[in-house]
Amino acid sequence: MSLTGLTAHELSELLRKREISSTELTERHLDLINALEGKINAFVTVTGEDALKQAREIDERRARGEELPPLAGIPAALKDNMCTKGVKTTCSSNILYNFIPPYDATVTEKLSAAGAVIMGKCNMDEFAMGSSTENSGFAPTRNPHDLRAVPGGSSGGSAASVAAGEVVFSLGSDTGGSIRQPASFCGVIGLKPTYGYVSRYGLIAFASSLDQIGPFTRDMTDCALVMNAIFGHDPKDSTSAPVEVPDFTGFLKDDVKGLKIGIPKEYMQSGIDPQVAVAVKKAIEKLEELGAFCEEVSLPHTEYALPAYYIIAPAEASSNLARYDGVRYGLRVEADDTISMFNETRSRGFGEEVKRRIMLGTYALSSGYYDAYYLKALKIRTLVKQDFDEAFKKFDCLLTPTSPTSAFDFGEKADDPLSMYMSDICTIPVNLAGIPALSLPFDTVNGRPVGLQLIGKAFDEGTLLRVAYTLEQNTDLTRPKPDLEGALQNGKQS
Amino acid sequence: MGSSHKYETVIGLEVHVELKTKTKIFCSCPTEFGGEENTHVCPVCLGLPGVLPVLNKRVLEFAVRAGLALNCEVAGFSKFDRKNYFYPDLPKAYQVSQYDLPICKGGRLEIEAEGKKKTIGITRIHMEEDAGKLLHSGTTIASSDYSLADYNRTGVPLIEIVSEPDMRSSQEARAYLEKLKIILEYIDVSDVKMEQGSLRCDANISLRPIGVEEFGTRAEIKNMNSFKALQKAVEYEVERQAEILNEGGSIVQETRSWDEEKGVTVSMRSKEEAHDYRYFPEPDLVPIVVEPAWVEELRNSLPELPDERKGRLVNVLDLSEYDAGIITGSRALAEYFDRVVACYEEPKTAANWLNGEFLRLLNAQGLEVTESKIDPEDFAALLRYIADGKISGKIAKEVFAQMFAEGEKPGEIIKRKGLMQISDEGALSAVVEKIVAGNPKSVEDYKAGKEKAIGFLVGQVMKETKGQANPGLVNKLLQERLDSL
Repeated sequence: MSLTGLTAHELSELLRKREISSTELTERHLDLINALEGKINAFVTVTGEDALKQAREIDERRARGEELPPLAGIPAALKDNMCTKGVKTTCSSNILYNFIPPYDATVTEKLSAAGAVIMGKCNMDEFAMGSSTENSGFAPTRNPHDLRAVPGGSSGGSAASVAAGEVVFSLGSDTGGSIRQPASFCGVIGLKPTYGYVSRYGLIAFASSLDQIGPFTRDMTDCALVMNAIFGHDPKDSTSAPVEVPDFTGFLKDDVKGLKIGIPKEYMQSGIDPQVAVAVKKAIEKLEELGAFCEEVSLPHTEYALPAYYIIAPAEASSNLARYDGVRYGLRVEADDTISMFNETRSRGFGEEVKRRIMLGTYALSSGYYDAYYLKALKIRTLVKQDFDEAFKKFDCLLTPTSPTSAFDFGEKADDPLSMYMSDICTIPVNLAGIPALSLPFDTVNGRPVGLQLIGKAFDEGTLLRVAYTLEQNTDLTRPKPDLEGALQNGKQS
Repeated sequence: MGSSHKYETVIGLEVHVELKTKTKIFCSCPTEFGGEENTHVCPVCLGLPGVLPVLNKRVLEFAVRAGLALNCEVAGFSKFDRKNYFYPDLPKAYQVSQYDLPICKGGRLEIEAEGKKKTIGITRIHMEEDAGKLLHSGTTIASSDYSLADYNRTGVPLIEIVSEPDMRSSQEARAYLEKLKIILEYIDVSDVKMEQGSLRCDANISLRPIGVEEFGTRAEIKNMNSFKALQKAVEYEVERQAEILNEGGSIVQETRSWDEEKGVTVSMRSKEEAHDYRYFPEPDLVPIVVEPAWVEELRNSLPELPDERKGRLVNVLDLSEYDAGIITGSRALAEYFDRVVACYEEPKTAANWLNGEFLRLLNAQGLEVTESKIDPEDFAALLRYIADGKISGKIAKEVFAQMFAEGEKPGEIIKRKGLMQISDEGALSAVVEKIVAGNPKSVEDYKAGKEKAIGFLVGQVMKETKGQANPGLVNKLLQERLDSL
């Protein structure tokens, strides 16, 4: 029996019945990681020994008859911007190439408490800035569905590791689409929670008012299980919402009858690949067939969301990234004097895109420009949010493509930042509004997956789970399987 | 008055106060002064990647208390902002502070300088975090081979109290800072020790021709570490600016540093070199919403403030303005006084002893009121021995010194040393008889009309009784004896 490629709830059942052990499960996944990493490069760090130790502990606890939570013993991975005590956490940046945090992020603690076996830390665009992982300071990740294609980004490694079967689920972070877009490109499920639903403590900040951590999974049941494990108020994060967390599996209902689903027309206009539009239409037809009511809606300020985002996010980033100076941790490039040491460290430690955004953000916050840029961007943010509020008066959730295209080729957009930024045009408004959205695979175009984005009201992840689960139960389009034979052959050769 | 007599001086002060909360503003590290370098630190105050701040509620409480004591309006809604600047003593490269929505606004403070009372406006009070300390191998970071960083102070809570430009002289500036220190000490929110840096003051100083409304260009003076330094720095700066203006020059808007040794201010950076702090709302903290009921609770829990207390001492206890001023000039002394007069009904006598012997001995040994070994009840008991005629004032000073040195009770000292005053007429008559018999020359002088001679005889009786005789009684007995001759 192949143990890779199954879901957490399927494996959990096998573990519970003691048909397999977590150690065995972990070993099989480590084997696959060894076989594939040469081609996929989803990981910055693989923590095989730690993983096996955790797996053995879980097996011992199970052997003692302990009742274990559903994710106990399941191989998982974290994006490399989530702090792991004693394990290198780099943000895929040379400036943090050797940073070993002395503490765990809250999500790391929560996953440990849930018994998940952490296999390693996933590659990403440097400091989560990018949409293809080509901005990784180390090396890009490849898309398991097509090695010529990018996996999306910035959580490309997290998405690819799940798609390739290297782990069962993973966590990513989403500032403007960094979970949903790679989920869409890699054919897995990715959820960006409501801002404040998951603790950011220990998540190395890109843009603090937009960042959220969320899961990558292979099916909706796993998505709900991971949500149960990582959601909830954290006293260490002042922006974490003091709300009760429901059992998300309770929303997994095969029923969309009477649900009102809005189709924002601005998301279906220019720049959308016609074949992606076809996939979305197919989903609309399916939902209507299952009893949902779909209707076009307008979110008139959508076109301003991207420029507002590229003021707010870089502004916060310019401040968040100012601390990397070579003094206390991370890269230090020695120089003749202290000031030169700072300059050299930052010049060599940060990549092009990160520098670009630091400059953009510093400029936008500068005296004399603040009102014209930052303040105006905040006003647009409010308008974007009001658009959603208005739409949710009538609709239970909204349906859009996750990204205008399926995965693009390496190098296709790498030299054109604006074209790269457009890849997140459908996901960015959601972050500005702080609301939840999920990307569900739905069909493929030339072998490359396409994702649907479901957008919900704040703290109403439940409706998204319900709609996505219903589509999952009633079509065979939500679990595209990559053909990894080629990669495995090549991987073995290399 | 030097060259400044044509100008009016305009001074505004920015005062940073370290709050004496147990823990830091955004983490649970201790705020304690001192400690081995980099031991009062954690990932949060070190600004390690990924950490987030959580506001210490006590900081908010202390800031609101300070605002209420300074007659400020407390904002129902305020927020934190990031003040971005790069320096290695600031591990996040931004200071969490408050920019456009501070916690308190629009207060005032009554001062008295050169015999005149005056009200100084308080513009605002905001909360922020302190930075760490750097030790350079050279004089500046740029000229050093290496620099050492200590982050113990990083994240210690501060409030910054900004005054209106209402002060017109160095004396007023000093009076303002002294008064502020006393109030903050009364409400118990800070150690207010300038030498330890828990009270720091920057001064904005400008001149304008007398009669002109418009403010002149100001210089900001930093690095004044005592009240005296503030006064001297202001005086120097006023002269410096007046000289420039008199020579037809213009003042450069800049930041200057007070050089205590040389007694001068020196330029640190000009307006062009000033930081652009790129303030923006701190996204890691939620806005601060303060309930009016809580503010009222804090207002009601404020202790009696110095002016109120002084008023009570003058109006109710009938002390002089001067005595009341000294006593209420320190919360500890005022409280000590209250405890003494709770056991002794003559406040004026108590005040005399407190402001006399007590402060003299404390100052001589450089001690704080709280370090005194004399229990206020014993202090009162001593005063009662004097009032009851059991010891003389002179003996009392000796007893007091012993109490101060050892913390012994006055009754025990008097008993052990046999210092009780002799008020027994029979016993004293015998001594008087002996002295009169032994000093015929003085007796003769007295009888001849030299009334002063009785003073010598009283002295002889006191000497004979080792100072223990009741001087009033000795006088009376001597008078009677001499008159009977």
